[in-house]
Amino acid sequence: MSIDLGMPTLGTSGVPRLGEDESQTKKDFTSDQEVRWCPGCGDYAILAAMQGFLPDLGLRRENIVFISGIGCAARFPYYLDTFGMHSIHGRAPAIATGLATSREDLSVWVVTGDGDALSIGGNHLIHALRRNVNIKILLFNNKIYGLTKGQYSPTSDVGAVTKSSPLGSVDQPFDPVSLALGAEASFVARTMDSDRKHLTATLRAAAEHRGSALVEIYQNCPIFNDGAFQLVKDRDEASARIMQLVDGEPIRAGEGDAARVVVRGPEGHLAVEPEATADPARVVRHRVNDTDPSQAFALSRLDDPSFAQLPMGVFRSVSRPTYDDGVRSQVAAAIDTAGGPADDRALEQLLHGHDTWTVSD
Amino acid sequence: MSSKTQQILDRVVIRFAGDSGDGMQLTGDRFTAETASLGNDLSTLPNFPAEIRAPQGTLPGVSSFQLHFADHEVLTPGDAPDVLVAMNPAALRANLGDLPRGGVIIADADEFTKRNLAKVGYPTNPLEDESLESWALHAVPLTSITVAALAEFDLTRKEKERAKNMFALGLLSWMYSRPTVGTESFLKRKFAGKPAILAANLAALHAGHAYGETTESFAVSYTVQRAPKAIGTYRNITGNLAIAYGFVAAAHRAGRPLVLGSYPITPASDILHTLSGLKRFGVTTIQAEDEIAGVGAALGAAFGGAIGLTTTSGPGLALKAETIGLAVSLELPLVIVDVQRGGPSTGLPTKTEQSDLLQAMYGRNGESPVAVIAPATPVDCFDAALEAVRIATTYRTPVILLSDGSLANGSEPWRLPQVGDLPNLHVEAPTEPNSVDDKGNPTFAPYLRDPNTLARPWAVPGTPGLEHRVGGIEKADVTGNISYDPDNHDHMVRTRQAKIDGIDVPDIVVDDPSGDARVLILGWGSTYGPIAEAARLCRAAGAKVARAHLRHLAPFPGNLGDVLRAYDRVVLPEMNLGQLALLLRGKYLVDVRSHTAVRGLPFTSTEIATVIHEHLEAL
Ligand SMILES: Cc1ncc(C[n+]2csc(CCOP(=O)(O)OP(=O)(O)O)c2C)c(N)n1
Ligand code: SF4
Ligand SMILES: [Mg+2]
Repeated sequence: MSIDLGMPTLGTSGVPRLGEDESQTKKDFTSDQEVRWCPGCGDYAILAAMQGFLPDLGLRRENIVFISGIGCAARFPYYLDTFGMHSIHGRAPAIATGLATSREDLSVWVVTGDGDALSIGGNHLIHALRRNVNIKILLFNNKIYGLTKGQYSPTSDVGAVTKSSPLGSVDQPFDPVSLALGAEASFVARTMDSDRKHLTATLRAAAEHRGSALVEIYQNCPIFNDGAFQLVKDRDEASARIMQLVDGEPIRAGEGDAARVVVRGPEGHLAVEPEATADPARVVRHRVNDTDPSQAFALSRLDDPSFAQLPMGVFRSVSRPTYDDGVRSQVAAAIDTAGGPADDRALEQLLHGHDTWTVSD
Repeated sequence: MSSKTQQILDRVVIRFAGDSGDGMQLTGDRFTAETASLGNDLSTLPNFPAEIRAPQGTLPGVSSFQLHFADHEVLTPGDAPDVLVAMNPAALRANLGDLPRGGVIIADADEFTKRNLAKVGYPTNPLEDESLESWALHAVPLTSITVAALAEFDLTRKEKERAKNMFALGLLSWMYSRPTVGTESFLKRKFAGKPAILAANLAALHAGHAYGETTESFAVSYTVQRAPKAIGTYRNITGNLAIAYGFVAAAHRAGRPLVLGSYPITPASDILHTLSGLKRFGVTTIQAEDEIAGVGAALGAAFGGAIGLTTTSGPGLALKAETIGLAVSLELPLVIVDVQRGGPSTGLPTKTEQSDLLQAMYGRNGESPVAVIAPATPVDCFDAALEAVRIATTYRTPVILLSDGSLANGSEPWRLPQVGDLPNLHVEAPTEPNSVDDKGNPTFAPYLRDPNTLARPWAVPGTPGLEHRVGGIEKADVTGNISYDPDNHDHMVRTRQAKIDGIDVPDIVVDDPSGDARVLILGWGSTYGPIAEAARLCRAAGAKVARAHLRHLAPFPGNLGDVLRAYDRVVLPEMNLGQLALLLRGKYLVDVRSHTAVRGLPFTSTEIATVIHEHLEAL
């Protein structure tokens, strides 16, 4: 294992790349396994986007690892011809932490669902994010437990009628973006299964980020929660509701007279006002690299179940030391200080300790 | 030297007891180190409360450390002390019951105040009311002499008082003719940055020694001759330290990095502490958010080719169950250390028990066999760690190493090995496809097994051409593709079991000097010492008894059934309600007789000797 004490800056630093004369195609990343999601499932689009994107990333295929939990989403690794592990419910971030920490030369991705990541695996998710392990976490949010056939999830809306909430759910949902920001995540983004271009751009930004990246992907489950994101998928509705986050730019939705923009209200909170009448001095510009997460957090709270305004894109991307680099550099420094890797003698010295005695006859 | 008489003893058991804040563990450790350096054989057992500082001077706050040393082989920390050092009334009250009449009591008279006596329900002062007539009592004002000895020092009274454990150590060192140089250099290391405290501790140590030499109340000092031992260099070591070093050595001999994922829990945390300080040996420690994440990180690292290790105690093993099951399905090497403590639930965190055996064997969903190994002594923890790694990496399986609280904190002398003599644990990492597909192209079959070990290839990410997916859904043998085929599942369940059953483990060895004993006494784990000592006692009294010890619990040694069937009676002491007995009865249809106790303490050898006699008589 090579160790770079100068703390690498890119998510893919240290991962072997293809040579100049080598190239990979989508086919190289497609395994021989038959894909078994329901027809029309949003997971297909995400898989296609990933298979299209990975060749462009330029990394050696054998140095890419996908680790998933359990759920429909979690079948993802089987369909990619990289190394992969379909693990157990909720635990993928923990397993990925061990792998990424011990292997700097791997690009490690976690695929998880809203139930997998936020119910049973909530603890591992927040700790992976706060540690800032160099792993990319793709959270397929269909606001439902798909694999277990349609119970409400921690992202289901209050009132959602599901198999296990016949009278409507009374559970207050999480907003995954708010949760991730609260957990000290250094990279948080939201994108959508059906917007291939946006999805690909977001995956690329996540891959390049060094540290934990949380990408929430709105994913339609046509079987158990069809149309959950219809309002933001319909072309006309979408442009009126979706606010694309562009660094340095105002945060806006809609066209012409209907255009609205995010402003800072008199009390300091964020609000949405018609662009035509908004006080230009109060118009908020997106600051993706802001070390203070409060504006990103406020943006994540603008949204509500009616999708009146939905910020999409990268909420936050800041550089801070990663856990795995920190761990590796301590080990490397200790070995370095000792004058190189331990030989038999060094180990014997350890075993001997300070108090030994000898029996010679 | 002193004009006092010296007597030679063949063995001594000393118990240091005091308040948790009195430094009894440290005093015991140092006395042990002095004793070890004299070449006595020895065994130790600390006993401390779960609370960091229970209310001062109360019974729950008593902490003790027992040391047994002798001029011959020592197998246990001693059934009962010969000498009790009691730093306060609570320590006396809590331990007097274990001290046979005639034994020596050294008590800090200063601490026997009205208030302290009342705290533990002594109506009058036992040091003065003659209730201790049957014991040899030395009431020494340890605290005030220590403070007086440190009169010149610019320290607070509290700081001076705190050195009284060194005074006691000095006194005991004089009594048993122990050298104090080792303790002096230890203190110099410990208080390197605090010259005043160092000087005070050294002065208290010397004052204690001088007190023994000059005062009239101690007329005799003792010596214990060296025990015959194999030639070599020795040190004293606890089970937890031996486990930590064992895994470092195993990774070194495997040529792979060691990655520990762990969450703190008594009595396993020491292993995490030790390994976190051994980065120089390429050791990575991940203190995870919980036990599930700890074992997850270890498994992730194992997938990447490292030696993946997780350490815990019973409640943590319960949390790790699902991930261990995943490792069974993935067929990856993984080592889980369970330092057993009293259960169920939180139970007795600082006390010992052997009640996780069935949890280790069967505590997972589905048929999920793993290898299980239990060290017999603190020193054996080192070898058991290497053995666990050998099995895990050779057979690509989880291995559970069952230690316990008494092994973890107990200590004994260890003849240091040459690293080059330790087993070679190198396993080859595959680099080439091992199969061809329908079209004749080379391909990688992740579940194509080694015909001898039934292990699948341990192909790690970063190896071109070996890309593959593993997972907890049932896999088709050879290809590793998801399979719901009934016959394949049946085959895989049986294959995983067959792989464990086929692990190469040494035969169990029977120790029977008579050659025709009819009773076999069997043990596993930390009961080795008391059982072996009990057999020795019985044989010395003319009884014929055979003895054997199980180190491998899954799979059992191949000859175990024959051994069990060869005796009229098999007696099995366990610190649980008969868990191994249940397994042996089920597997071998032998009417194993259980002897069980779950008092949080190791068996005494006299207790086991009585059990042996009862069974001999019953035949
Ligand atoms: C320990 C455990 N508990 C429960 C389950 C059952 N289970 C499987 S997937 C799942 C929910 C998955 O929901 P989500 O993560 O949203 O994934 P989706 O299927 O919607 O993609 C549950 C409860 C399980 N496999 N393991
Ligand atoms: S149940 Fe829903 S999420 Fe699962 S595969 Fe079917 S459509 Fe997709
Ligand atoms: Mg879901």
